[in-house]
Amino acid sequence: MTKESIQLKVNGQRYDVAVPPNKLLLDLLREDLRLTGSKRGCDDSSCGCCTVLVDGVPQLSCVMLAASYQDVEITTIEGVARNGELTPLQEGFCVEGGAQCGFCTPGIILVAKALLERNPNPTREEMAAALSGNLCRCTGYEQIYLSIEHAIKKLQTAPLEAVPGDD
Amino acid sequence: MAEFSVIGKRLPMVDAPEKVTGAGLYTDDLALPGMLVGKILHSPHPHARIRRIDTSKAEALPGVRAVVTGREFPNKYGILPIGHDETAFAVDKVRYIGDNVAGVAAESEEAARQALALIEVDYEILPAWFDAEETMKAESNWIHDEKPHNIEKEYHHNFGDVEAALAAADVVRSERFVCPEVTHAAMEPHSTLATYEGGRVTVWSSTQVPYYLHRTLSNVLAMPMEQIRVIKPLIGGGFGGKSEVCPLEVQAACLARKAGAPVKITYTREEVFYAHRGRPQQIVELTMGATRDGRITAVKARIVQDGGAFCGYGPVTILYSGALLGAMYDIPNLQFDGYRVLTNKPACGAMRGHGTVNTRFAFESLLDMVAEELKIDPVEIRRRNLLKPPCLTVNQLRVTSYGYPECIEKVAARARWTEKKGKLPFGRGMGFAGSHYVSGAANAINRSEMPHTTINLRAEADGTVTLFTGASEIGQGSDTIQVQLVAEELGIDLERVKLVAADTDRTPIDLGSYSSRVTFMAGNACLEAARNLKKKMCEALAKRWGVPVEELESRRGRFYHRNGTGKSMSFEEAAAVSIEEFGALEATGAYSPPKEAQGGKFKGAGVGPSPSYSYSAQAVEVTVDPETGQVKVDRITVAHDCGRALNPITVEGQVIGSVWMGLGQAVQEEMLYNQGRIMNPSMLEYKVPSTLESPPVDCLIVESIDPEGPLGAKEAGEGSLAATIPALANAVYDAVGVRITSLPITPEKILRALREKEKKKAAGNGGAP
Repeated sequence: MTKESIQLKVNGQRYDVAVPPNKLLLDLLREDLRLTGSKRGCDDSSCGCCTVLVDGVPQLSCVMLAASYQDVEITTIEGVARNGELTPLQEGFCVEGGAQCGFCTPGIILVAKALLERNPNPTREEMAAALSGNLCRCTGYEQIYLSIEHAIKKLQTAPLEAVPGDD
Repeated sequence: MAEFSVIGKRLPMVDAPEKVTGAGLYTDDLALPGMLVGKILHSPHPHARIRRIDTSKAEALPGVRAVVTGREFPNKYGILPIGHDETAFAVDKVRYIGDNVAGVAAESEEAARQALALIEVDYEILPAWFDAEETMKAESNWIHDEKPHNIEKEYHHNFGDVEAALAAADVVRSERFVCPEVTHAAMEPHSTLATYEGGRVTVWSSTQVPYYLHRTLSNVLAMPMEQIRVIKPLIGGGFGGKSEVCPLEVQAACLARKAGAPVKITYTREEVFYAHRGRPQQIVELTMGATRDGRITAVKARIVQDGGAFCGYGPVTILYSGALLGAMYDIPNLQFDGYRVLTNKPACGAMRGHGTVNTRFAFESLLDMVAEELKIDPVEIRRRNLLKPPCLTVNQLRVTSYGYPECIEKVAARARWTEKKGKLPFGRGMGFAGSHYVSGAANAINRSEMPHTTINLRAEADGTVTLFTGASEIGQGSDTIQVQLVAEELGIDLERVKLVAADTDRTPIDLGSYSSRVTFMAGNACLEAARNLKKKMCEALAKRWGVPVEELESRRGRFYHRNGTGKSMSFEEAAAVSIEEFGALEATGAYSPPKEAQGGKFKGAGVGPSPSYSYSAQAVEVTVDPETGQVKVDRITVAHDCGRALNPITVEGQVIGSVWMGLGQAVQEEMLYNQGRIMNPSMLEYKVPSTLESPPVDCLIVESIDPEGPLGAKEAGEGSLAATIPALANAVYDAVGVRITSLPITPEKILRALREKEKKKAAGNGGAP
C-alpha cells in the first residue's frame, strides 16, 4: 500500500512519519515510533491495554487510524513521568502493588490520570466505572484502587499533574 | 518473632518502575533488523487426515521467505516424558480446529496472511469426538492411534477400606458436579522471537518455563542445547498458560532457521484461545460418608477429564484432582478413579490451582450438604475434620505447617459468620469453604538427581551482589522475593542486589514458574547461596586477620572476630578483601525437596506430594435476585496461610488475584464449544470479570511459619482460588435454597432450580433437598 506523510504530536514531541493510510495508531506508536508501552491484548477493542490519551481523553489506539489524529495531543504511558520522575499515580502503582504483570498497567494509569484530572477525589464506584473498559487479569482490581488512592492522597497536598504540552 | 530488615516489609516489586513507565520490554515489544513476521495456518477441521499440502504458490509470493510444514520437523515433544505426542506442525493428521498445519515467515504481515491463503491442503475428514463420556466408547478413528478408546491415562487409587467405611457411615451423600473448561486469558498474548545466526538459535519467549523450552527446542530442532539460548523478557501474566511449550515457540525457531532471519510470531487473541492449555472440563462424581457427629469417614471420587487433543499436562491435572482430596482434612478412607480422555478440541493443561479446583468445588459443596443433613454448622463441620500435623495423610502426603484452623477462625470472625449464616433475609446469603495448594511439586517432571533450582551469586569489590537466577518472574513478584531473601541474608540494602534472570546462557537451571514453587524452592536456594557467600567471606577475613575461621561471624552485613580482638569489617570491605584473596567472590545455592516429602510408591504417587502446603478459608456474601437469578457478590473475606509473608504486598496481590479468578470461574467464565469450534474466543465474549463485576475482597494473612520454607514461607499464588467457587455456591444455597452443581453459576441455572423447587413444593413433595 502507498504511504503518505503524516504529522503527529506524541508526548509533546512532533513526529513526521510516512505510513499507509490504514495504519492504526497503536501500530504506528509501537512500530514506527518504538513507543511500545501501549500494548495489544485483544482483537476486538475490549481489553483497554492500548489506551492512550487524546487531548486528555482516554481512547483505544487499536481502533484509531493514525492519519486521523494529526491535530491533537496524544499522550502515551511514556509521556506520563516528567524528567524521569514518577508521578504520584505511577508511584502509587509501585508501592501499592497495582502493577503485577504490568501489561494492562499503561492503559490503566492513563485512564486513572484522566479520571483524576476531571475528578480529583473519586469514590471506588467512580473508579470502577472509569476503569470498566480496562481488563486486568492479575489484581482483581483491589490494589489498583489502592494505587489510585495513594495518588489521591499525595495530590491533595500537591498541585495536580498537568498534561504534557498544556503548559 | 525474628527481626528482619527487608523481609515482611511492604516493598514495591523490583520491576515496578519499568512497568509503570512503559519502559519494560515484553516479547512482542522486541524488534530486530530484518525481522520477519511469522503466521500460522490453522486447521478448519476438528479431525482430518492431511492427504497433501501444496505450499508452492505461497513460496512464490513476493515477500515470503520461508514456509514450513510438519514433515520438516517431525520430532515429537510434550511437557511430560510420557506424553510426547505433539509436533511443531501437524504430520499427516489434524486433531482440533486450530491445529497447526503450516507456518509462513514473510517481510510483512500482509504478505504472511496472503501466503497462508495460498497454501493448499487436501483433507480427508474423519469422525470427531467432542464429548468426554462418548469419546471413551470410541471403537475406531482414535485421535492418537496408540491411545485406544481415546483414553490418555486412567488411575485407580484406593486407600483404606472405602466400601466398608461407607457401609458403616451414619450418612452417605453422593452428587455429580460438572465444571466446564475455563482459560487463563492472561493479558499478554503469547509471543516468540527467534533468530538463527552462526549456527545458534536464540529465542525470546513469553514462557513460564525457559528450561523446558530449551530442552524442547533441542529436541524439535535436533540441535544440542548449547547451540540454543532461551531468554524470558517481561511476561504479561501466565497463570499456567505459558507453563508448557506452546506451538508458536517451536514454530518461530523452525521458521527462523529455515529463513535464516529473525522471525517473530505473536498470537492474536483468537489464537490464544485456541492454543488454550487451560483448565479442562471435569465431571466429578463424589461420595462422602460421615458419622452422626460430622466426622468424615470415607470419600470416593470418580473424575472424567476432557483433555482435548494432546497429552500436555493432562495426567498431572487428573492426578492432582485425586491426590489433593488429601492434605486438607483428615480422611481415613479414600478412593479415586480418574480418567483423562482425548477429544478433538484444543488441549487443556495447567491453570492456577492446577487440578485441584473442580474437585474442591465438589468437595466443599458436598461437605455443606452433609453438614445440613446432620444439622451441623458448615464452619463447625470443617473444624471437626482437621488434620493433626505433622502427619502423613492416607494417600501419603506429608503435611507439616497447617494454618487452616487459624484461617477458619479468622474468616468466621471477620465475616461475622455466626451472625449472618442462615440469618440473612431471603435472597441474601453467606457461604464458607476452604482450599489448599502445593508449594512446589516434590518431584520434578523429568526425574533426576538434579536440584530443582540453583542460584549463583557474584559479589563485586564495591559490595554489590549480582543474583543469577533461572526462575521466571511472570508478574507474581518472584524476582522481588529472591532479591529480598538475598539482601536479608547478606544484611545489605535491597538496592545492592542486582538481578540477572531467566537467560539460559547466563543463569543456572530453575524448573520454572508452575505449581507455586518459586518462593519455596528458589527462595531456599537464594538463602543457601547467600550463606555460602558469607562463608567464603569469613574464610578470606580469617586469612587476612590470621585468626581461625570458626572465630568469625557475620551479623547484619558486618563481619566480626568474636574472640576479643575487636576486629570487624563492613560487607563492602569484606567483599574487596575476599576478591583480593581469591580473585573472585562467588557462591552457589541449590534446593531439592527432601526425600520424605516425595510421596508414596504407587502408580501416580509422584503428583500431589510437596514440601509444604498452603491453606485458605473464605466466606462469600451474596445477594441473589429470585426474580432474575442474578447473583451479586457483596464481599469476599479470605484468610491465606502462606507461612511467613515475605512481602505482604505481593502476598495480598496473589491471594486477592486468586480469589478474583475463582470468582470468574464461579459465575461467568466458560469456554463454549460447538462441534469443536470455540464460540467465544475473544475477551469481549469470554468475559473475565471487569471492575463492575468485581467485589471487594478482604484479605487476611495467616503465618504458620513453615519448618522448611525460606524463612518460613510457602506458597501464596494459587491456593486461594479454589475455595471461592464452593463458598459462592454455598452462599447461593444460603440465600435462596438451591444447590447449583454445575459451573458457572448463572442466572439461568438459578432460575431453573428455583422453579423446580417451586414445582416440587406445589406437588407436595416438601422442600427437602
